[in-house]
Amino acid sequence: MHVLKLIFRNSLRHKLRTILTVLGVTIAILSFGLLRTVISAWYAGVEASSASRLVTRNAVSLVFPLPLSYKEKIRQIEGVKSVSYGSWFGGIYIDEKNFFANYALEAEHYLDIYPEFIIPPEQKAAFLHDRKAAVAGKKLADKYGWKIGDIITLRGTIYPGNWEFVLKAIYKGRDNTVDETAFFFHWAYLNEMMKKIAPQRADQVGWYMVEVKNPEQAAEVAVRIDQTFKNSLAETLTETEKAFQLGFISMTEAIVIAIKLVSFVVILIIMAVVANTMAMTARERIGEYAVFKTLGFGGFHVSGLIFGESMFITMTGTVLGILLTFPAAKIFASELSTYFPIFIIEPETLYMDVAAGLVVALMAGLFPAWRAINIRIADGLRRIG
Amino acid sequence: MNSENNIVEIRNLSKSYHRGSLILPVLNNISLDIKEGEFLALMGPSGSGKTTLLNLIAGIDKADSGSIKVKSVEITTLSESELAEWRASNVGFIFQFYNLIPVLTAFENVELPLLLSKLSKKERREHVEMALKVVNLSDRMDHRPGQLSGGQQQRVAIARAIVTDPAILVADEPTGDLDRTSAEDILNLMEQLVVELNKTIIMVTHDPRAAKKAHHIKFLDKGILNARPQIDL
Amino acid sequence: MKIPLSYSLRNLWTRRLTTSLTIGGMALVVFVFAAVLMLAEGLQKTLVETGSDDNVVVIRKSAGSEVQSGIDRVQASIIETQPGIAIDADGKRMVAKEIVVLIALPKKSTNKPSNVVIRGIGEKSLDLRRQVKISEGRMPVSGSTEIVIGKSIAKRFKSGKVGEVLRFGMRDWRIVGIFDAGNTGFSSEVWGDADILMQTFRRQAYSSVIFRLQNPSEFEVIKQKIESDPRLTLEARKETKYYRDQSEMMAKFLRILGISLTIIFSLGAIIGAMITMYAAVANRIAEIGTLRALGFQRRNILAAFVMESLFLGLIGGFTGLIFASFLQLYTISTMNWATFSELAFSFELSPDIIWESILFSLIMGLTGGMLPAIRASRMNIVEALRGE
Repeated sequence: MHVLKLIFRNSLRHKLRTILTVLGVTIAILSFGLLRTVISAWYAGVEASSASRLVTRNAVSLVFPLPLSYKEKIRQIEGVKSVSYGSWFGGIYIDEKNFFANYALEAEHYLDIYPEFIIPPEQKAAFLHDRKAAVAGKKLADKYGWKIGDIITLRGTIYPGNWEFVLKAIYKGRDNTVDETAFFFHWAYLNEMMKKIAPQRADQVGWYMVEVKNPEQAAEVAVRIDQTFKNSLAETLTETEKAFQLGFISMTEAIVIAIKLVSFVVILIIMAVVANTMAMTARERIGEYAVFKTLGFGGFHVSGLIFGESMFITMTGTVLGILLTFPAAKIFASELSTYFPIFIIEPETLYMDVAAGLVVALMAGLFPAWRAINIRIADGLRRIG
Repeated sequence: MNSENNIVEIRNLSKSYHRGSLILPVLNNISLDIKEGEFLALMGPSGSGKTTLLNLIAGIDKADSGSIKVKSVEITTLSESELAEWRASNVGFIFQFYNLIPVLTAFENVELPLLLSKLSKKERREHVEMALKVVNLSDRMDHRPGQLSGGQQQRVAIARAIVTDPAILVADEPTGDLDRTSAEDILNLMEQLVVELNKTIIMVTHDPRAAKKAHHIKFLDKGILNARPQIDL
Repeated sequence: MKIPLSYSLRNLWTRRLTTSLTIGGMALVVFVFAAVLMLAEGLQKTLVETGSDDNVVVIRKSAGSEVQSGIDRVQASIIETQPGIAIDADGKRMVAKEIVVLIALPKKSTNKPSNVVIRGIGEKSLDLRRQVKISEGRMPVSGSTEIVIGKSIAKRFKSGKVGEVLRFGMRDWRIVGIFDAGNTGFSSEVWGDADILMQTFRRQAYSSVIFRLQNPSEFEVIKQKIESDPRLTLEARKETKYYRDQSEMMAKFLRILGISLTIIFSLGAIIGAMITMYAAVANRIAEIGTLRALGFQRRNILAAFVMESLFLGLIGGFTGLIFASFLQLYTISTMNWATFSELAFSFELSPDIIWESILFSLIMGLTGGMLPAIRASRMNIVEALRGE
């Protein structure tokens, strides 16, 4: 235990420098952890999606609708358990800044296909009975202070006009990977209005959500659906919900890659800082290292002292950084809920924090250790003066 | 004693250091006159206060009480920045470890004090070359301190001390870090400054050989100034 | 400045390893800082240059972008006949009724489909866009299933050569030309005949009407007229503003992300500079004492150490900028959230970004060096000379 004691005492010899370095590592690990969490938040939709659900949409692109008449045809396809549908509404609440996802859904089946949305039975019944009713996620309702019975007005961007809804239910997620910031209402209400104001746009749905009987047959069912509508007026593209979500993310891939790169840059920055501290420390103590060698300690021992100190400083910072990541992520989650409905620290992130700390400690100790091993005793002693 | 000849007049000077709650008296009611063109050695055991006295005369430390007049200027009442200006033009320093700036060449080290004057670049160059010539180092002006021997470094330091043509030179153990031959050289050089350039030198030293070169020796012991040692050195 | 600059510079040079590590840290921070600003600048430049100041875009009220918008034929012809629209040399009105839809095309690099804007154009569409030039092939014959594609599309998507065929909407579309639209959003579009596209996609409505103003100063009058017409539930925006609005969310996201990142990162670099400067002060205590004894004032010492730290920052800043400037060679393509379509843009280094980066690096240097410099200047001369 003498060695550990020596390492500990050594690292406290320049208290200010050690404190500053630890602080730097703490900040770096904190920001690294938050950036990795941003990346996992980006993929949260993918993680949360189920393999037993298929999304069928117009093959041309998402902005093209599918006819309502496809519903019956899809339901008859072998392997399909149930079918529901919805349309992206894209309404704006008061101001463009208050962005949240809002859709029109065929609610009855949709909620069956989505068991992860938990709605109290009496609220669910109230929602299903009122054609102008809407449901909001708990986080969304909390954010705007909505209560059951409130009237919420959305300004349509795709569907013109101001739309009024009565909040009849608030859903919670089954677990913390479920997005609680969505807003949805009855597709039938949307269709009814479209029949009045733009009849050519009625009876059209944005996508079908298909539940398959057996998740293992999902791929076959998807092919069967697309075969059915081949060479029809609106060809379909059916993918698992996961693939559908991934498709969205692949379009913003450049940003994800940039954030990933930047998260490594911060590690490089702190590597430079810690390496600097270790280089200065070792240079000041080169005479001491020579004394150790005179006493019969090998280069192995001396480099052990340097790596030990580098490890001690870096790991203290890493642990502090990890501890701070949790409260920081909490603040982030509430501030950025518009961009990232789900913001949870994954265990992998913490492993990567520790790995980053270890790499920094080793890289920072490398050059000073090499110098200490190679210093000739006579040269080292001379430096003492 | 003819006070017109005195370049330094010290009256009733006292100084003590505080170490926590302890008060350590260093100089006790000292009075001393130093004539222009004098080469004075201050001797005494470690902790006798000789370096403190030197620092006070040079204006880099503050006395508790008493007065120090250098060329009739009462330096104990000067503010810190006035004192700095005063030092720049009136005092030259020679240290035991030379205290040259390692990243500057010999020329630049000697030029350093002139940067505080109003001299033009050309005038500065002339002064520096002159000073280096006096210490016989004109051929080494572009070397850095690390490339010079101890004796050469000390000569650069002396050039730096005389380049502003100050009235007094203070030297703290100027030969303390040198071998015998180099020390001899430095002492001869200092004597030459006194004799040929009429400089006043106040030197603190342990070295009896160095003290012998001086015209006068004063002994400090326990903060009191004597004309001869109280104990054998 | 009494203590020469070379003193500060040579001291940095003497501690080369430490200096370069510190500079390396700062350079990385400035690199990230500049890169994010360059990205936001590139995005905004692309979208702003897409518009012309004398063009007006008319879309359905609240639609936000052409993709969500719909203008029926009756409304479109009302706009077409508005007074105040410029007349070209052939005596024709400079107006185009266009349809904008998204289609998914496979990308060359990943083979994954990505959304692309298809613009159904009219006779005057090309003339309205001064930035757009046919660089290869020709424009499509009106009333045919011929298309031209933007330069970025040709580069990034499969089947992007003249003579090749794209299949969508159950039809084959022959590529007859490639157009160069410079740094604008049009480079990421596919253009075909508006009426044929409307038939193909069974659309009853145009997406937008674009026209050139005879007199740009009359914009407010025409806007007022269009927006107050009860037959039209439309809004008119200058083309420049229309595209600027589209870039806003993305640019804001990039700025917020970038600025908060660099602030956090710069803390690391400032700490690095602080460690370096504290060590610099600690190693030179006797030197500081000597300089003070020679008559240099406290403020001279302060200035010398602050200069040293500013140099650290400055060199770090320039190094970071030099690396960041290489980013201009890269083109980023990502989904524009306002339209859900692919948009290609490059890193853009503007003089403002250069100044901001250098200023930022100087501030980092100053913040890191201030406390150590103050410590240096506050030293007691006698103690410093003793090397304490």
